[in-house]
Amino acid sequence: MIEFYNLYMIVLIALLLCIIMAIIRVIIGPTIPDRVVGVDTINTIVIVGMIVFGAAYNEVIYIDVAIVYALLSFISTLFIAKYLEGGEF
Amino acid sequence: MIFDIIIYLFLGIGVFFNVLAGVGLLRFPDVYTRLHAGTKCTTFGSIFIIGSVVLIGLKSWWFNNDTNGSVLAIHSAIALIAILLTNPVGAHAIARAAHKSGVMPAQAVIDELQEKPVEKIKQKKTKSKTTLNEEVEQ
Repeated sequence: MIEFYNLYMIVLIALLLCIIMAIIRVIIGPTIPDRVVGVDTINTIVIVGMIVFGAAYNEVIYIDVAIVYALLSFISTLFIAKYLEGGEF
Repeated sequence: MIFDIIIYLFLGIGVFFNVLAGVGLLRFPDVYTRLHAGTKCTTFGSIFIIGSVVLIGLKSWWFNNDTNGSVLAIHSAIALIAILLTNPVGAHAIARAAHKSGVMPAQAVIDELQEKPVEKIKQKKTKSKTTLNEEVEQ
Protein backbone atom coordinates (compact mmCIF):
# COMPACT_ATOMS: atom_id res chain seq x y z
CA MET A 1 0.00 0.00 0.00
CA ILE A 2 3.01 2.31 0.26
CA GLU A 3 2.99 3.24 -3.41
CA PHE A 4 -0.50 4.66 -3.03
CA TYR A 5 0.44 7.28 -0.43
CA ASN A 6 1.25 10.12 -2.82
CA LEU A 7 -1.83 9.45 -4.93
CA TYR A 8 -4.04 9.58 -1.85
CA MET A 9 -2.43 12.82 -0.73
CA ILE A 10 -3.29 14.38 -4.12
CA VAL A 11 -6.89 13.19 -3.82
CA LEU A 12 -7.19 14.51 -0.25
CA ILE A 13 -5.76 17.92 -1.21
CA ALA A 14 -8.31 18.22 -4.04
CA LEU A 15 -11.11 17.34 -1.61
CA LEU A 16 -9.74 19.95 0.81
CA LEU A 17 -9.93 22.55 -1.97
CA CYS A 18 -13.58 21.63 -2.51
CA ILE A 19 -14.27 21.94 1.23
CA ILE A 20 -12.66 25.40 1.25
CA MET A 21 -14.93 26.53 -1.62
CA ALA A 22 -17.98 25.25 0.27
CA ILE A 23 -16.82 27.09 3.41
CA ILE A 24 -16.61 30.33 1.42
CA ARG A 25 -20.22 29.74 0.34
CA VAL A 26 -21.22 29.13 3.97
CA ILE A 27 -19.61 32.41 5.02
CA ILE A 28 -20.92 34.69 2.25
CA GLY A 29 -24.27 32.98 1.63
CA PRO A 30 -27.02 35.61 1.37
CA THR A 31 -29.80 33.45 2.81
CA ILE A 32 -29.99 30.65 5.36
CA PRO A 33 -30.76 27.80 2.88
CA ASP A 34 -27.52 28.68 1.03
CA ARG A 35 -25.57 28.00 4.20
CA VAL A 36 -27.45 24.74 4.77
CA VAL A 37 -26.57 23.61 1.24
CA GLY A 38 -22.90 24.39 1.92
CA VAL A 39 -22.91 22.44 5.16
CA ASP A 40 -24.56 19.46 3.45
CA THR A 41 -21.88 19.45 0.74
CA ILE A 42 -19.13 19.65 3.38
CA ASN A 43 -20.63 16.64 5.17
CA THR A 44 -20.61 14.47 2.04
CA ILE A 45 -17.04 15.43 1.14
CA VAL A 46 -15.85 14.74 4.69
CA ILE A 47 -17.38 11.24 4.46
CA VAL A 48 -15.52 10.57 1.20
CA GLY A 49 -12.30 11.93 2.68
CA MET A 50 -12.60 9.66 5.71
CA ILE A 51 -13.01 6.63 3.43
CA VAL A 52 -9.99 7.60 1.32
CA PHE A 53 -7.97 8.12 4.52
CA GLY A 54 -8.96 4.69 5.79
CA ALA A 55 -7.92 3.12 2.50
CA ALA A 56 -4.59 4.98 2.52
CA TYR A 57 -3.58 3.77 5.98
CA ASN A 58 -5.37 0.38 5.65
CA GLU A 59 -7.45 1.01 8.78
CA VAL A 60 -11.09 -0.12 8.81
CA ILE A 61 -12.14 1.91 11.85
CA TYR A 62 -12.16 5.19 9.86
CA ILE A 63 -14.76 3.72 7.50
CA ASP A 64 -17.01 2.72 10.39
CA VAL A 65 -16.76 6.29 11.67
CA ALA A 66 -17.72 7.49 8.17
CA ILE A 67 -20.90 5.35 8.15
CA VAL A 68 -22.05 6.78 11.50
CA TYR A 69 -21.15 10.32 10.37
CA ALA A 70 -23.26 9.88 7.22
CA LEU A 71 -26.35 8.84 9.17
CA LEU A 72 -25.95 11.59 11.82
CA SER A 73 -25.42 14.33 9.22
CA PHE A 74 -28.55 13.15 7.40
CA ILE A 75 -30.58 13.47 10.61
CA SER A 76 -29.16 16.94 11.34
CA THR A 77 -29.94 18.12 7.80
CA LEU A 78 -33.53 16.92 8.07
CA PHE A 79 -33.86 18.65 11.45
CA ILE A 80 -32.58 22.00 10.08
CA ALA A 81 -34.90 21.71 7.07
CA LYS A 82 -37.87 21.04 9.33
CA TYR A 83 -36.94 24.06 11.43
CA LEU A 84 -36.69 26.33 8.37
CA GLU A 85 -40.03 25.08 7.13
CA GLY A 86 -41.66 26.14 10.39
CA GLY A 87 -43.41 22.85 10.93
CA GLU A 88 -44.42 21.03 14.05
CA PHE A 89 -42.12 18.48 15.59
CA MET B 1 -2.24 -3.98 -13.96
CA ILE B 2 -5.76 -3.53 -15.31
CA PHE B 3 -6.96 -3.10 -11.73
CA ASP B 4 -4.50 -0.25 -11.21
CA ILE B 5 -5.62 1.55 -14.36
CA ILE B 6 -9.29 1.24 -13.40
CA ILE B 7 -8.52 2.48 -9.85
CA TYR B 8 -6.68 5.57 -11.15
CA LEU B 9 -9.43 6.28 -13.66
CA PHE B 10 -12.16 6.08 -10.99
CA LEU B 11 -10.20 8.30 -8.61
CA GLY B 12 -9.68 10.89 -11.35
CA ILE B 13 -13.36 10.96 -12.35
CA GLY B 14 -14.49 11.25 -8.73
CA VAL B 15 -12.10 14.07 -7.85
CA PHE B 16 -13.03 15.93 -11.04
CA PHE B 17 -16.73 15.82 -10.19
CA ASN B 18 -16.17 16.80 -6.55
CA VAL B 19 -14.16 19.86 -7.57
CA LEU B 20 -16.90 20.71 -10.07
CA ALA B 21 -19.36 20.62 -7.17
CA GLY B 22 -17.29 23.19 -5.28
CA VAL B 23 -16.99 25.48 -8.31
CA GLY B 24 -20.72 25.21 -8.91
CA LEU B 25 -21.43 26.13 -5.29
CA LEU B 26 -19.43 29.31 -5.77
CA ARG B 27 -20.67 30.29 -9.23
CA PHE B 28 -24.39 29.55 -9.44
CA PRO B 29 -26.82 32.41 -8.76
CA ASP B 30 -29.53 30.72 -6.71
CA VAL B 31 -30.30 28.32 -3.87
CA TYR B 32 -31.88 25.69 -6.13
CA THR B 33 -29.12 25.66 -8.74
CA ARG B 34 -26.54 25.53 -5.95
CA LEU B 35 -28.44 22.55 -4.61
CA HIS B 36 -28.10 20.87 -8.01
CA ALA B 37 -24.34 21.42 -7.98
CA GLY B 38 -23.76 20.61 -4.34
CA THR B 39 -25.77 17.40 -4.17
CA LYS B 40 -25.78 15.68 -7.55
CA CYS B 41 -22.13 16.24 -8.42
CA THR B 42 -21.02 15.21 -4.94
CA THR B 43 -23.09 12.02 -5.05
CA PHE B 44 -21.76 11.08 -8.51
CA GLY B 45 -18.17 11.79 -7.53
CA SER B 46 -18.40 9.89 -4.25
CA ILE B 47 -19.77 6.85 -6.12
CA PHE B 48 -16.57 6.72 -8.18
CA ILE B 49 -14.15 7.43 -5.31
CA ILE B 50 -15.72 4.81 -3.02
CA GLY B 51 -15.87 2.42 -5.97
CA SER B 52 -12.13 2.77 -6.37
CA VAL B 53 -11.65 2.09 -2.64
CA VAL B 54 -13.81 -1.05 -3.01
CA LEU B 55 -11.62 -2.16 -5.92
CA ILE B 56 -8.47 -1.59 -3.83
CA GLY B 57 -9.89 -3.76 -1.05
CA LEU B 58 -10.94 -6.50 -3.47
CA LYS B 59 -7.50 -6.39 -5.11
CA SER B 60 -5.59 -6.79 -1.85
CA TRP B 61 -8.00 -9.56 -0.83
CA TRP B 62 -7.76 -11.47 -4.11
CA PHE B 63 -4.05 -11.17 -4.88
CA ASN B 64 -2.44 -10.89 -1.42
CA ASN B 65 -4.94 -13.03 0.59
CA ASP B 66 -5.40 -10.12 3.02
CA THR B 67 -8.65 -10.46 4.97
CA ASN B 68 -8.43 -6.81 5.99
CA GLY B 69 -9.10 -5.94 2.34
CA SER B 70 -12.44 -7.73 2.28
CA VAL B 71 -13.58 -5.84 5.39
CA LEU B 72 -12.45 -2.59 3.73
CA ALA B 73 -14.46 -3.36 0.59
CA ILE B 74 -17.66 -4.40 2.38
CA HIS B 75 -17.69 -1.47 4.82
CA SER B 76 -16.97 1.01 2.01
CA ALA B 77 -19.92 -0.44 0.08
CA ILE B 78 -22.15 0.01 3.15
CA ALA B 79 -21.02 3.65 3.47
CA LEU B 80 -21.78 4.15 -0.25
CA ILE B 81 -25.29 2.75 0.24
CA ALA B 82 -25.79 5.13 3.20
CA ILE B 83 -24.71 8.12 1.08
CA LEU B 84 -26.93 7.04 -1.83
CA LEU B 85 -29.96 6.68 0.43
CA THR B 86 -29.55 9.83 2.52
CA ASN B 87 -28.21 12.47 0.11
CA PRO B 88 -31.23 12.93 -2.24
CA VAL B 89 -33.67 12.91 0.68
CA GLY B 90 -31.72 15.68 2.40
CA ALA B 91 -31.57 17.73 -0.82
CA HIS B 92 -35.32 17.39 -1.31
CA ALA B 93 -35.96 18.48 2.27
CA ILE B 94 -33.69 21.53 1.90
CA ALA B 95 -35.36 22.59 -1.36
CA ARG B 96 -38.84 22.23 0.13
CA ALA B 97 -37.84 24.20 3.23
CA ALA B 98 -36.25 26.95 1.10
CA HIS B 99 -39.40 27.31 -0.99
CA LYS B 100 -41.63 27.37 2.06
CA SER B 101 -39.45 29.91 3.86
CA GLY B 102 -39.90 32.35 0.98
CA VAL B 103 -36.72 32.11 -1.13
CA MET B 104 -37.71 32.53 -4.77
CA PRO B 105 -35.68 31.22 -7.74
CA ALA B 106 -33.63 33.90 -9.52
CA GLN B 107 -34.88 34.93 -13.00
CA ALA B 108 -38.01 32.81 -12.60
CA VAL B 109 -41.09 33.76 -14.61
CA ILE B 110 -43.72 31.42 -13.19
CA ASP B 111 -43.91 29.60 -9.87
CA GLU B 112 -46.32 26.70 -10.08
CA LEU B 113 -45.89 25.53 -6.51
CA GLN B 114 -47.27 28.77 -5.12
CA GLU B 115 -50.56 28.45 -7.02
CA LYS B 116 -51.56 25.37 -5.05
CA PRO B 117 -54.15 26.02 -2.35
CA VAL B 118 -52.57 25.90 1.06
CA GLU B 119 -55.77 25.63 3.07
CA LYS B 120 -56.60 22.14 1.83
CA ILE B 121 -53.38 20.76 3.24
CA LYS B 122 -54.03 22.39 6.62
CA GLN B 123 -57.56 21.00 6.71
CA LYS B 124 -56.26 17.53 5.92
CA LYS B 125 -53.72 17.82 8.71
CA THR B 126 -56.32 18.86 11.29
CA LYS B 127 -58.73 16.18 10.08
CA SER B 128 -56.14 13.46 10.45
CA LYS B 129 -55.28 14.73 13.92
CA THR B 130 -58.92 14.70 15.03
CA THR B 131 -59.42 11.19 13.65
CA LEU B 132 -56.32 10.05 15.50
CA ASN B 133 -57.65 11.54 18.73
CA GLU B 134 -61.02 9.86 18.20
CA GLU B 135 -59.33 6.54 17.62
CA VAL B 136 -57.33 6.96 20.79
CA GLU B 137 -60.48 7.85 22.75
CA GLN B 138 -62.32 4.84 21.39
